[in-house]
Amino acid sequence: MLARRSFVLMAAACVVVPHAAGATPEEVRALIRAVAGGAVPKLGRVKLEVPQLVENGNAVAMGLTLGEGVPAGAVLTDIHVFADGNPRPDVAHFRFGPRAGVPKVTTRIRLSTSQTVHAVAVFADGSCWQDSVSLIVAISACLDD
Amino acid sequence: MWRSAALALAVGLAVVPAAAEEKRSGYDDAGPQVRAMQDDDMANPAFLWVQQGAALWERREAGRSCADCHGAVEAMRGVAARHPAFDAARGRVVTLEQQVNLCRTERQGAAALAAESDALLGVVALVGLQSRGLPVDVDVSGPAGEAAARGEAFFHLRQGQLNLSCAQCHDRLAGQSLAGSRIPQGHANAYPIYRLEWQGMGSLHRRLRACLVGVRAEPLGRDDALLAELELFLASRAKGLHVETPGVRP
Amino acid sequence: MARPLLNVPREVKAGQSFEVRILIQHAMETGFRRDAMGAVVPRDIIHRFECTVEGEEVFSATLHPAVSANPYLVFTARLERSGTMVLRWVDDAGVTAEERVAIRVA
Repeated sequence: MLARRSFVLMAAACVVVPHAAGATPEEVRALIRAVAGGAVPKLGRVKLEVPQLVENGNAVAMGLTLGEGVPAGAVLTDIHVFADGNPRPDVAHFRFGPRAGVPKVTTRIRLSTSQTVHAVAVFADGSCWQDSVSLIVAISACLDD
Repeated sequence: MWRSAALALAVGLAVVPAAAEEKRSGYDDAGPQVRAMQDDDMANPAFLWVQQGAALWERREAGRSCADCHGAVEAMRGVAARHPAFDAARGRVVTLEQQVNLCRTERQGAAALAAESDALLGVVALVGLQSRGLPVDVDVSGPAGEAAARGEAFFHLRQGQLNLSCAQCHDRLAGQSLAGSRIPQGHANAYPIYRLEWQGMGSLHRRLRACLVGVRAEPLGRDDALLAELELFLASRAKGLHVETPGVRP
Repeated sequence: MARPLLNVPREVKAGQSFEVRILIQHAMETGFRRDAMGAVVPRDIIHRFECTVEGEEVFSATLHPAVSANPYLVFTARLERSGTMVLRWVDDAGVTAEERVAIRVA
């Protein structure tokens, strides 16, 4: 009874947005391969930080840094972020120019449901590396009025 | 399970009030990510509104600016902590939002700022910020007490199609889970807030309206005396907590 | 667009990486929401952010609707010479916000 009551409260408070097609893991894999020029990026070098239990999908803190074992001369040029369960998979594409400092980005993103977020890093030597975090979203980005 | 909880509630209400639980701000129930946003003024989106409020504070519109009478906004320290306040001359409770617009229309020769507008939220957040860290300290003596009592009666009133009172969730069930969040005690010590669900800034009235509509009750009108009285009661109920304006909530 | 909030040091050491923190007000309307009448609320987001110093690129971002409302970004820069940092946001409606910050290299 409690579950139904709280569902009614939640349903009363939500504007549910039906959308025909959302991102899929397959679509994201294809996007990642495209970024990496057809190859599958190795795991490592980039570190994606996102909480594994998301209390509210409207504003999820996301951090990107370089991980362990990055060789001294390696120059990071791009990071692409994808979410395989959102209405569309692209989240952001960050580019680091000649005047960039230590590679690092922090921002806040929207996640509509439990899913896996992927980060793909591209280096000046053409190599591609990736990291991903699978997470649970407790409430999705949903509006009450 | 709900039926037995309702029964326990009915019995509990008839006997004695719940044992005094330690007061918790909504901040404590919000979870680490939301707290991190509130703790960092540079990451707290509410400061975008505070910045606008600061610009408005200095701006002369059709006559005087806020600064012309009040000086630097720092002089407003303590004001938000004492609002809502009973205005003896008007014979009613006045909230900080209402006071800003009373000043504008009666003393500045300017038009009232629209409800939930960036400008009004900005000024109220700016003034509220000056009381950040100060204990909530509204006056509920004399006629203010009678007004707060009317607000308290509303807080305990079961209403709407779901027939729920504020007290049932925020006194009895505070700390338990509802739709993935912990039910807070419902102290309004951080308003105006940046609410993640709104993805924007909003007043206490906006939040109360959402709750009342949520239980399918008639929401209180913005200028309804009972709304200001409820806000005064909520502030008196929050005594012991500090002003956190501008807060971040889920 | 309303003015952004910037946190940029005005003085830095040559060659030392420093943080730039920015926050700008924007609804970042996704294009997935429906209004009370059932009509889709059209997409309008900040889709591009660029930071340069004296014409050289520091950092840029292409943003999609998955970026939260009131976009918050932290990135880093490294300068050898004093110069003016230019930060620029562009949204779908073509509205642009631009801020300039003079940074001194000690």
